[in-house]
Amino acid sequence: MSGGLDAEAIRRDFPILRRTSHGKPLVYLDSANTSQKPQQVIDAVSEHYSRHNANLYRAVYEIAEEATAMFETARIKLAGFVGAPDPRSIVFTRGTTESLNLVAHGWGRRFLREGDEVLLTDMEHHSNIVPWQLAAQVTGARLRYLGLEADGSLDLGALEGSLTERTKVLAVTGQSNVLGTLPPLRQLADAAHAVGAIVVVDGAQLVPHNPVDVAALGIDFLSISGHKMLGPTASGGLYGRLDLLEEMDPFLGGGEMIVEVLPDLSTYKEPPQKFEAGTMNIAEEIGLAAAIDYLEAIGMDAVREHEKELTRYAIERLEEAGAVVHGPKDVELRGGAVSFWFKDVHPHDLAQVLDQEGVCVRAGHHCAQILMRDLGVPATTRASFYVYNTTSDVDALISALARAESVFV
Amino acid sequence: MALDDIYKETILDHYKSPRNKRELPGAVVTCTKNNPLCGDEITVSANLEDGKLLEVTFQGSGCSISQASASMMTESVSGKTVDDAMSLAGDVRGMLGGEVEADEDAFGDLVALKGVVKYPIRIKCAVLAWDVLQEAVSGGGAASGAAAH
Repeated sequence: MSGGLDAEAIRRDFPILRRTSHGKPLVYLDSANTSQKPQQVIDAVSEHYSRHNANLYRAVYEIAEEATAMFETARIKLAGFVGAPDPRSIVFTRGTTESLNLVAHGWGRRFLREGDEVLLTDMEHHSNIVPWQLAAQVTGARLRYLGLEADGSLDLGALEGSLTERTKVLAVTGQSNVLGTLPPLRQLADAAHAVGAIVVVDGAQLVPHNPVDVAALGIDFLSISGHKMLGPTASGGLYGRLDLLEEMDPFLGGGEMIVEVLPDLSTYKEPPQKFEAGTMNIAEEIGLAAAIDYLEAIGMDAVREHEKELTRYAIERLEEAGAVVHGPKDVELRGGAVSFWFKDVHPHDLAQVLDQEGVCVRAGHHCAQILMRDLGVPATTRASFYVYNTTSDVDALISALARAESVFV
Repeated sequence: MALDDIYKETILDHYKSPRNKRELPGAVVTCTKNNPLCGDEITVSANLEDGKLLEVTFQGSGCSISQASASMMTESVSGKTVDDAMSLAGDVRGMLGGEVEADEDAFGDLVALKGVVKYPIRIKCAVLAWDVLQEAVSGGGAASGAAAH
């Protein structure tokens, strides 16, 4: 037991953790990339296809009504999971990339003007940069970046100077996928709102690992990646303040998002259907509902506590082993994505040796090239944790590092 | 699949003790390219005379595969005509693509790169130095320009 969570019991729910890799027990330390799935989620998806498969809304038969009810129940669960007061403010998407593109397109292209500014940070994932670049190129808006302190926290001293009456959007990660940094969202939201900007939070890493309450944080949009929180790939959504969802443009056009189609124009449904064109990822979102049930049964406070303990242990062991850990060292200020540099062994060489030991880590620029330039490294190796990880996984990582050292150093 | 399939002794030797890794003052051609996926970056410099590569050096940083491949490349093409070097570059690409059977007599140390074939995402690392050489001698490097990959 750690932090009120029984990781050994949890592990038994994840069938993939029983397999081996290169003949060694699988040590999965890449949950920031995608999480593994418990049997409950696998069963929910299978049950949907075995018993309830039908398209939503438009059919009048029993199984279609069942599928629709389960899909809408998933929306209510996701709304509750992030503290959204109204399920209509949850748009289902395939995850964070689609969600952030939706906002940059539907709100950004509609409301940004020449001379407006979008404030990002140096630790954004490419999915919270490129959609804004695309919107800026069309509208003439400008992108600015808030830099980082040496410890990998945001340079809050520069915040005041970076937020001006020209700032229309602050788009910031809720938890860095490279450094683990947890920016002070409430403080950022208040500062951005004070200059009239909207606040868009990339929740890809935040939502799976922390209790989240969009109302308490005071943020306007939050992207959610279901596959990083025990749900199926291509599950997830976008929380948006309902009045903003109402006034912005649709993203994809097509069936199910319209009220009436005339030759030259159409009228759209109210949110969230306005943003849900075509046949949706029904089984995936129903699977996500099962993942939410699973996480809520553990409790997100317990998830966070467990990861703090693992992160503290990992940082300690890595530093002992001679690795340089990037990002804040205080686990109160960071989540469980731990990037490091080990004795000048290139991350790709390191990851390849770790793979042979059954240890799965991510090596590369983590879709954060701007941050890599700040750190002055071409790439990092990243270990990341979730509910099924234990200190034994960290120990396996450390032993595998010794193996890599014997090959390359 | 064992680790020494890819990290053969020859590769580690070239990685730890790279050959011809230095500046080449007065080089006739120089070219730099990088592989953004890994952050590998390699500069190749060469002196040419009458269509022959007199001296080839490299500089840069990156993973063991990219650095070892560059080191082996400089050894294997120095003294060759540009045409022969390009033909060898084609054969190395073919070997890495699994299309050409590696002939130890013709390839020498380069045969050690064969293990990379089984690791598709590392092939780009192994090919980089050869791409830079090709661009350098085909005129892309005459003004020591940097070309992003």
